[in-house]
Formats: sequence, C-alpha cells, structure tokens
Amino acid sequence: MIKPLVKGLAFFLKYLFSKPITVFYPEEKVGSFPRYRGLHIIRRKPDGSIRCVACGLCEAICPAKVIKIEIGELEDGMRYPKRYQLDGYRCIYCGLCQEACPVNAIILTPEYENARYKKEELMLDRDTLLKRGDEVKL
Amino acid sequence: MIDTGLILFNLIKIVIVFACVMLCVAYLTWIERKVLGHMQIRIGPYYAGWHGLLQPIADGVKLFFKEDILPRNANKVLFVLAPMISIVPALMSFAVIPFGDKTTFFGILKEPVPMRITELNIGILYIFALAGLGSYGVIFGGWAANNKYALMGALRGAAQTVSYELALTLSVLGVVLISGSLNLVEIVDKQKHMWNIVYQPVGFLLYVICAVAELNRTPFDMPEAESELVAGFHTDYSSMKFAMFFMAEYANMITIASLATTLFLGGWHGPFFPPLIWFMIKVFCIIFFFIWLRASFPRVRYDQLMKFGWKILVPIALLNIFITSLVMLFV
Repeated sequence: MIKPLVKGLAFFLKYLFSKPITVFYPEEKVGSFPRYRGLHIIRRKPDGSIRCVACGLCEAICPAKVIKIEIGELEDGMRYPKRYQLDGYRCIYCGLCQEACPVNAIILTPEYENARYKKEELMLDRDTLLKRGDEVKL
Repeated sequence: MIDTGLILFNLIKIVIVFACVMLCVAYLTWIERKVLGHMQIRIGPYYAGWHGLLQPIADGVKLFFKEDILPRNANKVLFVLAPMISIVPALMSFAVIPFGDKTTFFGILKEPVPMRITELNIGILYIFALAGLGSYGVIFGGWAANNKYALMGALRGAAQTVSYELALTLSVLGVVLISGSLNLVEIVDKQKHMWNIVYQPVGFLLYVICAVAELNRTPFDMPEAESELVAGFHTDYSSMKFAMFFMAEYANMITIASLATTLFLGGWHGPFFPPLIWFMIKVFCIIFFFIWLRASFPRVRYDQLMKFGWKILVPIALLNIFITSLVMLFV
C-alpha cells in the first residue's frame, strides 16, 4: 500500500523539475498542420482573372448553405461570379466546396485564427477571397 | 493598575503577527498554484507581476469587488456568521505558537523579546479547541445555504472532522507524554538535542495524515469535493465571504504546519540560521508536502475515508500511546 503512494509522489516531484509544456499562445504560436481546413481563398488564372466559373456546385453542396453566387457572363460566353458571398462565421469548414470545385478555384487554407470581433468581419466576398488568395502562399 | 505599556506592546506584537500571517496566507495561494502548476507541467499564474507575484493582490481586489450574494432560502444569520466562525479561530491559533527564541532583533530592542504573542501552559489544548471550533464554520455554512450540494458537503465535513480530530489529538499525545507538558514552548525546549520525530515517527505520520484530513485538503477534501459537490459547503458563497473561507483554510494550513514543526521537528532549533528562519523553513517544508500530496493523489471515497479513520488511524494512535507509555514507564 505504501509503495504506490511513494511512487506517485516521486512521479510528481520529477515533473516539478521538468520544463513546463505551456505555450504562451498569442505571443507564441503552435501553427496548424498543412492539411488543416481553415479560412478559404479563391485563386486566379495565370492571366490574373478569377478562376471561378460560377458553376454553382459549391453553393449546391455546401451543407451549411453559406455560399451565395450571382452569375455573370462575359462577351465570349465565359461565366464568372458577379457576386460571391461566403459567410466564414457560419461555415463548418468541411471542405466540400473545395472537393466539388471543378476548376480548383476555392481552396481551404491552414489559416486557423478565425476569431473576429464582429460577425461581419468574416463575411467574405469575392474580392476579399481573391485578395487572400494573392496573399497566401500554397 | 493597568500597565498601558504592556498592553500597547502586546497589541503591536499581535498586529505584526497578524500582518505576517495574512501575508503568508496570501502568498501561500500563489505558492500552491505555482507548485501545483509546475507539477502538472504547467506554469501557473504568470501575467500579474513578475511570474505572477502580484496574483494574490489581484485576486483579493477581485473578490472584494464581487457581488455579495445572499441566497433567498438561506438562513441569513448563520450564512453570514459561518465564514467568521471559520476564520476567527484560524487566526486565533497563532496566539500560542512560538515562532522563535528570545531575540533583540539585532539589537534594535533593549531587552530580548520572546517571539510569540503569549505563552499558554495548555497551548496544545487551546489550538485543538480552536480547530474544533473552526469546523463549525464548515457545518454552519453548508447547512445555512439551504442547498443540496452544500448540505452534503457539510455533512461529510462534520463526519470527517469528528473522526479525524480524534486521531489527530491522539497522535499528539505521544509527544505530550515524552515532554510531560502541554506548553508549546517547553515542548520545543525539550527538543534542543533531539527532535521528537525520532522518538515518535508513527505519531508524526499519523499527525500528518490526520492534519490533511482536518484541513479538508486533497486526498481528503470531502466537504469540498469539486467533482461531485460543485464546491461543497461554500457553493453559495461569493465575494469576501468566500475569501474568508479560503483564508481560513490557508491560515489553518499554516497553523497545522507550525504545530507539526513545534511538536515533532524541534521548533526553532537548528544550526547556522537564526531561529525564525529555521522555523519558517520547517513550516514551509510541511506546507510543500501538503501541496505535493494534492498534486499526487486523487480523492478517497467517503466510506473509505471513514473506514480508514476509525479502523486504522485511531487504533494505531491508541497503540502508539500505549507503547510510548510503556517505554516511558520502564526505561
């Protein structure tokens, strides 16, 4: 009966002198894994125009119904999203939009710090997503 | 004729001891959280001051400004009285604890002053009487709140106090037999050459176990039992009332550790350092051991606790007294 008690005490004394594993979060970051599903981006074609062809597959597959697309058409018959609204606050980050996209336009990045002061700050429209796409390296 | 000088002198002593004890109580919370944190490979309080050194003050200010809630169904008188009942005896115990030998404080005072508030020839009895009184705070607090969890906590607290106070008192009797005195100063003087722990190892072990139970600390924290009873007897307490329970707990911890030092570890005696430093080192070691226990062991079950108290601790304590008396008689 005494031996396990002493063993337990010794165990915690050992840890008293070992280095704490605490990470001081806002100052020190642990980062996320490369395949983590975080905030979205929309990519551009090599010529700089938007990759999205406004097929509406992401809008259709989205289980949380956070994507809203308004379809526009160029003179040569190419479709493009006139408006692309993605509510990052309600999004469940399942990644189905990325899987459904036939042209690999929408992609989830490993960006994990998605807390904002206001809901509106995570309402991502087409240009914000494109801008994030320019900033984020994949 | 009343000696005004003497009264003033004693008052100053009381104020100094009170201030030191309250400071120790405040920083004990910091030490506890820090040691507990590092034992769990965490850091503990860090942001308030250097390594969280101002944390106790921040906590105090926070508790002071919190809303003082009085539950509607509570027994108002007892609900308000309970925290006071627990803290006043806890602080009163320091009256008889001898912190050190006679000293002039490096020649500041003209005559050597004994480092204690008063010398009582039934010091041990006085402390145990106050400890018994302090447990009423737990019982009243839990009952007056009119809350199931608090009542359960108070019930357990009452049962635990009754069973463990007996063993605690019995464990000390061996020391009293050896010293032939209930006066704490005389007991310390008797240990000048050899500490009592050498003659009374079983007594010391019993004392420490019972003390942990008496202090309501893990592994015997039945009245609180966070995981089962929310917060036990102080579930409904907030603001300074809660702080008073908290301070009483830590003040009791210092008392119990000081008593262990006085009775078993030779009080202020020791080489090289001044008496007060020796006393503080020993007290701190015991308090550290209590914190260490808290980090290491889970809570025992209620029935196990009672069984352990009545079927193991009390018989061993009685046997210890019996053997000590026999040895005293024939040697």
